[in-house]
Amino acid sequence: MASSAFSRNESRYFYALVALGLFVVLLGYLGMHAMEEHGHIITGMNNQIVWGIPHVFAIFMIVAASGVLNIGSIGTVFGKVPYKARAPMSGLLAIALLSGGLAVLMLDLGRPDRIIVAATYFNPTSVFAWNIFLYSGFFTLAAIYIWTMMEKRINPWSKPVGFLMFAWRVLLTSGTGLIFAFLVVRQAYASALLPPMFIVLSFAWGLAVFLIVQSAMYTWNGRGLDPAILKRMKNLLGVFIISSLYLVATYHLTNLYFAKQTGFEHFILRDGGIYPTIFWAGYVLLGSLLPLALIYFPGMGNTKAVVSASLLVILGSFALLYVFIIGGQAYPLSIFPGYEVSSSFGDGQIGKYIPSLPEILLGFGGLAIAFLITIVSTRVLKSLPLDVAVVTPKNDA
Amino acid sequence: MSETNLDRRDFLTKSSIGLAGLAIAPGMLLFDMAHARPLGEAASNKVRWGMLIDNNKCETGCNDCVTACNTENGLSGGTKPTDSQWIRKVQLKDTFTGRVSSLPMMCQHCENPPCVDVCPTQASFKRADGIVLVDKHICIGCRYCVMACPYQARSFVHEVLHDQKPEVPRGKGTVESCTLCVHRIDKGDTTACAEACTKAGHKAILFGDLNDPESEISKRIRTVTSTQIRADLGLNTGVRYEGI
Amino acid sequence: MNMALRLAAILFSIFITTAVHAADKPILPNIDIGKGGQCVEPDHALMRKTHMNLLKHQRDETMRKGIRGQKYSLAECVECHASTKTNSVLGSNEAFCQGCHAYAAVKLDCFECHANKRKVTAEASK
Repeated sequence: MASSAFSRNESRYFYALVALGLFVVLLGYLGMHAMEEHGHIITGMNNQIVWGIPHVFAIFMIVAASGVLNIGSIGTVFGKVPYKARAPMSGLLAIALLSGGLAVLMLDLGRPDRIIVAATYFNPTSVFAWNIFLYSGFFTLAAIYIWTMMEKRINPWSKPVGFLMFAWRVLLTSGTGLIFAFLVVRQAYASALLPPMFIVLSFAWGLAVFLIVQSAMYTWNGRGLDPAILKRMKNLLGVFIISSLYLVATYHLTNLYFAKQTGFEHFILRDGGIYPTIFWAGYVLLGSLLPLALIYFPGMGNTKAVVSASLLVILGSFALLYVFIIGGQAYPLSIFPGYEVSSSFGDGQIGKYIPSLPEILLGFGGLAIAFLITIVSTRVLKSLPLDVAVVTPKNDA
Repeated sequence: MSETNLDRRDFLTKSSIGLAGLAIAPGMLLFDMAHARPLGEAASNKVRWGMLIDNNKCETGCNDCVTACNTENGLSGGTKPTDSQWIRKVQLKDTFTGRVSSLPMMCQHCENPPCVDVCPTQASFKRADGIVLVDKHICIGCRYCVMACPYQARSFVHEVLHDQKPEVPRGKGTVESCTLCVHRIDKGDTTACAEACTKAGHKAILFGDLNDPESEISKRIRTVTSTQIRADLGLNTGVRYEGI
Repeated sequence: MNMALRLAAILFSIFITTAVHAADKPILPNIDIGKGGQCVEPDHALMRKTHMNLLKHQRDETMRKGIRGQKYSLAECVECHASTKTNSVLGSNEAFCQGCHAYAAVKLDCFECHANKRKVTAEASK
């Protein structure tokens, strides 16, 4: 039937996908090389906006990496059976996404040839330095976690490793939020809400990525996903989207109450031109409300709707990160409260930023690295979730 | 009679003052020279370098401190968003009173620098005598310090540089900021901006040792009202401002 | 399979011959030592072997502790060893720093930031 005809060309399709992935990685390499040779002057970044599109891509991948491992944790740590079968794949996806994200982050450095310096000179108060340790540990633990689940003899170890992995992830993702939260002077970032916000965002983004990859794998292998499991997972995605919206809303609403923050909030939510547009249309409408409709409206909730919802969530994540990272830098610092300021260095002015080609290529190169690791590892390892029995949905997640 | 006595007294007074001056002057010269740290000696926290900038004396429209800094440190002097600016003139307008003024803004050399806290490699560090510097040898160019600085004092070098000054190494891909003319003050000199401002006749920038109670800056800071920019952050800056 | 093995054997023997031949007559770079004179270290072979470590230790003393006027100052190296014609330690494969580094294929990072010209010229050209 269709599946046997498919499998005859399957190898070719697979190698075609690998070739495509390698091509995008090559483009990313070209972008990175241009940046390293000529400096960041060829990018859209400047002294007001020092973190640009590469950081948007990198932080999405790093946060999603942590979140995608949540799927496995729900099985291992919280004992939900359908998720147990999904744990190996979630581990592989986590490693893939983190690799891609870190690649983009490290290659965007001003001196990427000094990565060894970053790994050998530690500043105990710097979140970036903690991250060297946290990310390495994440890779190791994720690898061990996958191993405990795929090797029958050490299966009993999967639970303690799973717990450790869960705690490690909470620490790591909180750290991602703390990168920004510790920037006390920036009106966009100095908020204790950021660590929990990033954790909930990671759940939503990780699950969205997982749903897309899972659907693709099932289609590729000519299998169908049990509708009951699909329903559970899509409902969970809905819960995560709502929680994310809640935290983002809380963050903005509480900020609005501080008189000194209202200028910034009005900039992001109303007056800032492109930033409010991306926030409301990109994150709120397309990235949250539309997926919720696709998940919950009666008649929706089938595979196509769920995959579309997941893709929209990812689009929304890029929108949110763009507004958060770049919009947050565009708004000028309040160095002289009570004064209108101007200078040759952008004081009092909104920073300008236009993404450039090298940066965008680098970002997509990172996505391609994650893509390549995913497809190669899922082909080599038996990580396709094999559900033992049909599970009737209960009241829990 | 009285005229002769006055004449003699006058002569004695003037000559003794002259002699006293001759005796003290070399000592004062030596005092100035003694400010240069001897070769081979490390910077110590007995000294804390700082500046006091008088907003009342700073002239709107004058850019001498900026020009001097650019010349001294080999900066391009450009003002594109990607150009490095270690010092800049900020034009201020009080939103309520409408009073217009200007002042120079540079790295504030905080005692608790946020840039030092966030640097992953400790490239951004505070020297024992209070100067906050970037060790370009280990700077990886992550720009976290640029994000963290409350004064937007740091610049990232966006392009390949040529013809650097021998005393001021700077390079592509690293972050830089005002070094308080560390290469000059280690020789006992003053900062380029302070020197230029004095030369221009405004004398708005006063540089000196905050830990030395007899230095001009310490004496002045004890008598006039001065403030830190963003004092609420609790950074204890080495650069203070008078008149805002 | 046989053909591949034969080809590999031929290539391998060419490689070995070349390497051995090169060992007989090493092609050393022709380095312009600039002003020359008495180096801070009398043993040149030791300098070649350890100058990067001496400079690295010195840079931390100067940069982080503010100790000036020490022996292994990079600026002083440039002052002596910059070519008397170009006043630079870079610019050609005969130049003092670039020559050996190009020969040994070791990346020269110092002059990304440090001035590669001796002070007199740097001031005169400004």
